[in-house]
Amino acid sequence: MQGWKAGLASALLGVAIWQAVVTLGDMQKFILPGPGLVAETLWKSRVTILENTWVTFVEVMLGLVLGALIGGLSAILLASSRTVRALVRPLLVFVQAIPVFALAPILNLWFGFGMTSKVVMSLIIVYFPVTSAFFDGLVRANPDWLGLARVMGANKWRVMLHVRIPAARAGFASGLRLAAVYAPIGAIIGEWVGASKGLGYLMLLANGRAKIDLMFAALIVLAVMTMCLHALTDKFCRKFLDPEESR
Amino acid sequence: MTLAPALHMNGKASIGGSPIFETLSLEVAAGQWTCLLGSSGVGKSTILRLFAGLGERVEFDGDFTALEGQVALMAQSDLLLPWLAVEDNVALGARLRGEKPDLSHAADVLERVGLAEKAKRKPSELSGGQRQRVALARTLMEDRPVVLLDEPFSALDAKTRARMQELTAELLVGRTVLLVTHDPAEAARLGHHIKLMTEAGIEDIAPPSGRTPRAIDDIEVIRAQTNLLNKLREDA
Repeated sequence: MQGWKAGLASALLGVAIWQAVVTLGDMQKFILPGPGLVAETLWKSRVTILENTWVTFVEVMLGLVLGALIGGLSAILLASSRTVRALVRPLLVFVQAIPVFALAPILNLWFGFGMTSKVVMSLIIVYFPVTSAFFDGLVRANPDWLGLARVMGANKWRVMLHVRIPAARAGFASGLRLAAVYAPIGAIIGEWVGASKGLGYLMLLANGRAKIDLMFAALIVLAVMTMCLHALTDKFCRKFLDPEESR
Repeated sequence: MTLAPALHMNGKASIGGSPIFETLSLEVAAGQWTCLLGSSGVGKSTILRLFAGLGERVEFDGDFTALEGQVALMAQSDLLLPWLAVEDNVALGARLRGEKPDLSHAADVLERVGLAEKAKRKPSELSGGQRQRVALARTLMEDRPVVLLDEPFSALDAKTRARMQELTAELLVGRTVLLVTHDPAEAARLGHHIKLMTEAGIEDIAPPSGRTPRAIDDIEVIRAQTNLLNKLREDA
C-alpha cells in the first residue's frame, strides 16, 4: 500500500472505532461526542479554531527554531570544553529534572500572559533532546578521524568545524525530529496556565462551557498540526542533515 | 618537503599501568622504508602513535624523535570523511590548518594515484582499493618528510594489495617511511630495513636484495618471507 493510502485507511479505521465506541457505549455528547458532531463543529467554528491554531503554531515554530539554535550552540560548547562540561552538565540535569508543568506558572509570571512565555516553554522542552542528541554525536565522532586531523595540524575549533559537526549532523537531526513532536506540548501547557489565545486556551474555554465537541475539534487540529510539523521537520532533516547514504 | 630525517625510539611504554612493550630500541633510517613486523598486540601501533604525536594516553619512559608537523599518517582504515567529495578529502589537511585548499594540486595528486576522474565523487561510490588510493593521495598532498603507515594494505584483497604496495613504494620514494605490518610478504617486498618485533624486543633481519618494491615471485623475496614467518611462529 502506498504511504498516503495507508494513512487514509488508518484514519478511517480510527474514525470507525470512535463511532463504534459512541454508538455501542451509548455515550452522551457532553462525554464523548461522535465524529459527525465534531466534524460539524470543526466546520462551524473554523474561524475561531484557525485563529487560535495560528497563535499556537507561531509559538511552537519560534520555540522549535530557537530551541534548536540554542540547543545546537550549547552542544558545541559542551563538546568543546571539559571545564564547561564539568560545570554546566549537572546544572542542565537539574533543570531537566524539573517537570515543565511546574515551570509554567513561573514562566507566565516572568514573561507575561502573551506569546513569549509559551515560546519559552516550547524552547525549554525542545532544548534538551536537541542538545543531548547533538552532543552525543559530537563527542562520538570517529576517534581515528580526530587523530588524523591532529596529525594534520588542526586546532580544536577547526576539528569541530570540519570533522565533529559534520559527523554529528545525524544526531542533531534525530534530536530535531523528537523536538518537533515535543514542542507543541510546551506551548499548550503554557496556554493552559494562562493565555487569551491559542488552541490550549480554546480547549480550556470549551471545557469550561461544556462544549466538548469544540474541545475535540481543537484537539484534532492540534494533533494534525503536530503531525505536519513532524513531517516538515523530517523533510528538512532528510534534505540537509541526514548522511547521504541513508537518504 | 624538507630533508627526510632518521627516527629513533628508546624506552618502554605502558597504558594505564599495564605494560605495552618493555625497553626497546628502534632506529628508522632517513629517506628509506623500514618495515616493523610483528604479531597483533605486540605494541607496533603504539610506536606509531607515539611518533605521530597521538600518544597522550601512553606512559612512555625513554626518548624518541619529536616530529611535530613533519608526519603524515595512513592507517588500515582509509579514514575518508564520507560527506566530502574525493578532492576535498585529499585537500582536507589545508582546510584543517585554515589554509586555502589547493584543488589543482589535489587534482595532480589524484592523477598520480590514477583517480583523476573520481575527483567529484563521494567516498561511498568507490571500491575499497580506490578509497585507499584516495587516502594515499591525501598523504602525498600533506607532503611530509616522514610517513607512518599502520597496516594500510591489510584490508585489501590480494590483487589490490599488491598493486597498492607498488604504487605506494613508488610515490613515497625519498621519504622516511615506517610501515607497521603483520604480513611477512609485505615486509619482504617493501622494506629497505626489516625489524621483527616480539615480546623480547626488536631484531634486525637482513632484507632481500634488489630495489623495492620487489617482485612477489622473486626467489629471494619468497625465502625472506618464509624465514620471517618462521621467526614469527617461533615467537608464539
